[in-house]
Amino acid sequence: MTTQTTRAAELPDLPVAFSSTEERGWFAVFWDRFRKKRLGLIGLGVVLVIYAAGLFAPFIAPYSYRDQDLDRSVEGPSADHWLGTDRIGRDIFTRILYSSRTNLVITAAVVLSGSILIGNTLGLLTGYVGGRLDGAIMRVGDVFASLPGLLMLIVVNASLSPRVIEGVRAFEANVVDLGMVSSGFASYITVFAALSLFSWVGTARLIRAQVLQLRERDYIMAAQAIGAPTGRIMFQHLLPNVAHLIILQVSTGLGAIAGSEIFLSWFGVGVQPPAPSFGQLIQDGGGARTLRESPHLLLAPGAVVTSLMFGFALLGDAVTDAFRGR
Amino acid sequence: MTQYALRRLLWLPVTLLAVSFLTFTIARFGPGDPVRVAAGQHADPKVLEQIRADRGLDLPLPQQYVRWLSKAIQGDFGESYQQRGFTVSELIFPRMWVSAQLGLIVIVLQFVLGVPLGLVAARYAGSWIDPVIISTLLFVQSIPILVVIPPILWLFALEWGVLPTGGWDGLIDILWIQGVIAIPIPDPHLWIPVSVMTLPGLAGVARLVRVSALDVQVEDYVRTARAKGLAESAVQFRHVFPNSLLPIVTVIGMSLVGVLEGAFFVETMLGIPGIGRFAFESVGSRDYDSIMALTVVLAGAFVVFNLLAELLYARIDPRIRLGAGTRR
Repeated sequence: MTTQTTRAAELPDLPVAFSSTEERGWFAVFWDRFRKKRLGLIGLGVVLVIYAAGLFAPFIAPYSYRDQDLDRSVEGPSADHWLGTDRIGRDIFTRILYSSRTNLVITAAVVLSGSILIGNTLGLLTGYVGGRLDGAIMRVGDVFASLPGLLMLIVVNASLSPRVIEGVRAFEANVVDLGMVSSGFASYITVFAALSLFSWVGTARLIRAQVLQLRERDYIMAAQAIGAPTGRIMFQHLLPNVAHLIILQVSTGLGAIAGSEIFLSWFGVGVQPPAPSFGQLIQDGGGARTLRESPHLLLAPGAVVTSLMFGFALLGDAVTDAFRGR
Repeated sequence: MTQYALRRLLWLPVTLLAVSFLTFTIARFGPGDPVRVAAGQHADPKVLEQIRADRGLDLPLPQQYVRWLSKAIQGDFGESYQQRGFTVSELIFPRMWVSAQLGLIVIVLQFVLGVPLGLVAARYAGSWIDPVIISTLLFVQSIPILVVIPPILWLFALEWGVLPTGGWDGLIDILWIQGVIAIPIPDPHLWIPVSVMTLPGLAGVARLVRVSALDVQVEDYVRTARAKGLAESAVQFRHVFPNSLLPIVTVIGMSLVGVLEGAFFVETMLGIPGIGRFAFESVGSRDYDSIMALTVVLAGAFVVFNLLAELLYARIDPRIRLGAGTRR
């Protein structure tokens, strides 16, 4: 579910948008513009609050996400269960906190590996080195871009996730028990790998298009002239000049990545129980009878996910506007 | 332009080959067995063996892939495991037609409603109207379909009983008044899926049109139009609006993807016999041949639609030169 909103033809022209007479870096200029955008700040705030709650879930949560209390199943909000309990008496507030943790871990990992590490490196490489390598990597990108993303994510997870969990289980049985299978953490691996696999193409294309222009600049020629090695040119000279595009791409793509984890877990091929996920909570609360008798099971996680997505949307919009000089 | 289109089309078979190989490898790597799922738990092992031999599942994997490929090239995508006696093509194409009808309505509605909203937002940029429109649309877009369908179904179908709980019954229904006068109305099954799929997409269209209209507002020819004394309404309708609509063409491909992904969940949750529901069922029952056909057909459709959108854009905006970025 990679959203590729920025086409090569309409790239934000950084040199123009940021050709300020001030002696400041692009980030300072960007930040000055961004912090004047009230909606963007609200979005950033919402995302930070939800993810901070997830990050510190072990300290905030009143219960463990696995604690069951069968005498008190499907209860409404009360003093000791703020958002009630689910079918097997687990505290919904706790489950929501840990779901946000799950989402944070996967989203952050996918952004770091898929967009920043793979997408960025391949973009620099294809743009700067060019030639056959460029052609080959871009054709592979075309294949990934033409795949029906959601269907492939489901197929990949449905097929590989059981194998990965088996592998981790064998590792834990024979080498060292990390508790990854029993906590459900092993299922994070496939979700993360599959999402990374499909999220690099957009970034790589964007970076490549920019590098194609940058490599004709004088400072690159100067670097080549003094015999700087390719890696040094790529990471010391080109990377700082495309860094703004990475921020742009990441901030507009975050919502889609976070949403994909939720969709996959809803379908049952994402994060596996007992590890909690918003997708599972929504799936559990969505039945007609559940909804009539205890609507909080759907509405509480639904409201948090909606706020998170809304936060991402506002943030992405404000970042894009700030970069385009609006 | 023709040359560019041909070059892209020549790549299509290569892309589809790679897509099919990738899907094949990943799908076969997984656990589970379509024969076992289809035959049930208590099937005779001999029967299972027999079916596997018939379908070539006992061959080495590379041989199975070549077998699949040689048939697929001739348009034969095999037989479904889940629904015996049906070829995959017989199952896929009628379902694609259902999804296409639904998707077309949704996309048309998204543009019909989204474009005016974007133009209004741009017209009132700087006042409170603009942020209110855009953030309301963004909020609607942020409510996941998974969250919104259960309450809607519960309210409209179960509590009030005014709409069917799901299913599909064509597009048009005839309303008979006293058995004499026939009025064609939209089929009641459409209301829920069309609204939950259309509303989230409005934000994308409206934002794009808004940004584009803001760019056009400051163009020289708009200033000229104002300078020569044209009424503001004429400036807007004659000069700003038509030129703001150009980039819409570029997002048709994207909204198609969005609509299709929404359809996966909407069709599954509302029991609509479309391609999205079929995809879910196929993955669930490990129906290899159906999964293969689905990815290849959908990937082919994506490539062709994106190419068409690019060509259309280049056609109506002569400033765009196709393929210019790829060679230097």
